[in-house]
Amino acid sequence: MTRLTTLALGAALAAGPALADLVFPDLSYRTGPYAAGGIPFSDGYQDYFALVNARDGGIGGVPARVVECETAYNTEKGVECYEATKGEGALVYQPLSTGITYQLIPKVQADGIPLHTMGYGRTSAANGEVFSHVFNYPANYWDAASVAISYLSGENGGDLTGKKITLLYHNSAYGKEPIRTLEELAAKHGYELTTIAVDHPGQEQGSQWLRIRRERPDYVIMWGWGVMNQVAIQEAANIRFPMENFIGNWWAGAEHDVTPAGAAANGYKSLNMNRVVDYPVFDDIRTYVVEAGNAAGDGSNVGSVLYTRGMYAAMLAVEAAKTAQEIHGVADIDAGMMRDGMEALEMTAAKMEALGMPGIGPEFSVTCQNHGGSGLGLVQQWDAAAGTWTPLTDFIAPDDAVIDPLIAADSEAFAAENGITPGCAES
Amino acid sequence: MPDQVFFALEVMVNGLMVGVMYALVALGFVLIFKASGIFNYAQGVMALFAALTLVGIQQGQVPFAHLINAIFGTDIHHFGWQVPALLAIVLTVLVMIGLAVLIERIVLKHLVNQEPIILFMATIGLAYFLEGVGDLMWGSDIKVMDVGLPQGISDSIDRATFDWFGYGFFIDRLDIAASIIAALLVAALIVFSQYTREGRALRAVADDHQAALSVGISLRFIWVLVWSIAGFVALVAGIMWGAKSGVQFSLSLIALKALPVLMLGGFTSIPGAIVGGLIIGMGEKLFEFIVGPLVGGATENWFAYVLALLFLVFRPQGLFGEKIIERV
Repeated sequence: MTRLTTLALGAALAAGPALADLVFPDLSYRTGPYAAGGIPFSDGYQDYFALVNARDGGIGGVPARVVECETAYNTEKGVECYEATKGEGALVYQPLSTGITYQLIPKVQADGIPLHTMGYGRTSAANGEVFSHVFNYPANYWDAASVAISYLSGENGGDLTGKKITLLYHNSAYGKEPIRTLEELAAKHGYELTTIAVDHPGQEQGSQWLRIRRERPDYVIMWGWGVMNQVAIQEAANIRFPMENFIGNWWAGAEHDVTPAGAAANGYKSLNMNRVVDYPVFDDIRTYVVEAGNAAGDGSNVGSVLYTRGMYAAMLAVEAAKTAQEIHGVADIDAGMMRDGMEALEMTAAKMEALGMPGIGPEFSVTCQNHGGSGLGLVQQWDAAAGTWTPLTDFIAPDDAVIDPLIAADSEAFAAENGITPGCAES
Repeated sequence: MPDQVFFALEVMVNGLMVGVMYALVALGFVLIFKASGIFNYAQGVMALFAALTLVGIQQGQVPFAHLINAIFGTDIHHFGWQVPALLAIVLTVLVMIGLAVLIERIVLKHLVNQEPIILFMATIGLAYFLEGVGDLMWGSDIKVMDVGLPQGISDSIDRATFDWFGYGFFIDRLDIAASIIAALLVAALIVFSQYTREGRALRAVADDHQAALSVGISLRFIWVLVWSIAGFVALVAGIMWGAKSGVQFSLSLIALKALPVLMLGGFTSIPGAIVGGLIIGMGEKLFEFIVGPLVGGATENWFAYVLALLFLVFRPQGLFGEKIIERV
């Protein structure tokens, strides 16, 4: 069916007038204190669109065009980028910043442009009946917190009673996101939760780690980004905190987070929302994009954790655009159609395999009620000698019994504050 | 004594150690301000640039490789050699001296006798320019600083304090190294300024520009000299902070930690930078220890400024700064 539709769209394209590009803004940050994370994500995001153009002739025959705008991870600049690029026919925004996301949510709802915040942003945006234009599949922060606790519970024979868990978090909207969930889960599992904040950018964490050394928690969960991650891992090594009991979220688990600490980082764990292996699609990217001189970077980070995630985000955008083209029967989709495509997106194992990235993420379906996907995450561990992340688990399911009521309560509060009547938007 | 007291002592000692790290950054500001009246906004970026250059040289990285490859279609990144740490440090010092010469020739020379605010603006421009050039030269990926500095808990102090007090103190060996290096650096600066001809010229310019010029001291030479020394101090700070976090853009933000130190210690005093650093380091850590848990933590960034402001109210020139008297 998909192939037939694609053929039909191709035929329509051949017969019809020239179509405009499909515009995908990339609010990237290649400068500033968070550039080390922003660059590989942006490279992966852009390279995948370049691959689709070079290898497949675009999406449904229409070339994709990435409009890059530098935010430096600065919320004001992010909003400026949004305003500057939305008039170009933007189909979906991926700002890679929770701070920018919070500012864009009312704007995209008003402008009718979808916002995809993959594994970050406002967690309760998973409720599509309130946040009609915001999507955070395949997983969100509260899923991540729950997956971490499920993993630790499994490590302790299903019983965390009396265990001491410390959350070390970036003192920002992003870092504070999991606190409520971890508190709820503490009430359920009987562990003792302590939270310790680290101010931006996190270059100096001496007092935080002195406290951890003194309180001797069984586990430390980290919600960090940028230099905070590298310093925290080094400080953990300095106080000889057991690395296997130190778990970062999926924004604290890239290669550059662990390499500055060298061998001392061996055994550090982190969550991931996508598998990082040598996918066949990387060969295509090297052939069609890097060697053709069209890569966003120099090609050296192809296959790294954040490059893979950026590519995964672009793949989800492309698949949603294809879905939108199928739903509306046109190749030249607009932002409203894109939203419909995202809300009808279905990621199956067969689809991921066909795209050259088998098992990169969990299978999930997006619906009006659930913009958050399946919420699954896995745990990986750093092997310093090999310089690789090794997956320790398969995808772990979050505790929906705890998370769903939190999402409902938070999104309903947002709806009440903003005069939104929850319901499904008409296509 | 209860554990809580020992822990407070441990926090205090660690605060003093961190204070030394802050003072290392503040020293660069003081040197330039004292000699030329310029508040060098680029001091933090100079630390980043120096650290990037050191690692780049050490790893045999080709400077401007991305630019070269983009223009000429080549694919070169490394020379294929590793430079020993000590030699790389010497070469980096030479680069920082070259940078000082360029700054004097291209920027400062043209701004002689301009208002301090103009010179300050020039250093803002310089900061952003250096940030971009550093990025272009060496790339923006996080680099590992490995010059053989020790790191991690000092077992001997841990054991000794445990034997004495029944409570093992955590002291990072990197902080101990930083304290020793800072002490040597200050001693060297004092010897240089007191016992060398150039040092005396530098002090003369700091005391009275016009008088120094009238006896034949070259202001341009002094500027190159002082920016070179500040570049060296920036390199030391870059090495120490880079060892903690890897060499990355955030290193330039350590300048923000030096500002309250300067406000407190005074902009013109080397001992002031050291004492200011110690007070800020200890003060912010103790405040975080005592008050942090009550207010949700993360108090260090703002408390350092509050502490500095309090000092400013009672002593605007800082603890050791020179009182500015303008007669009308």
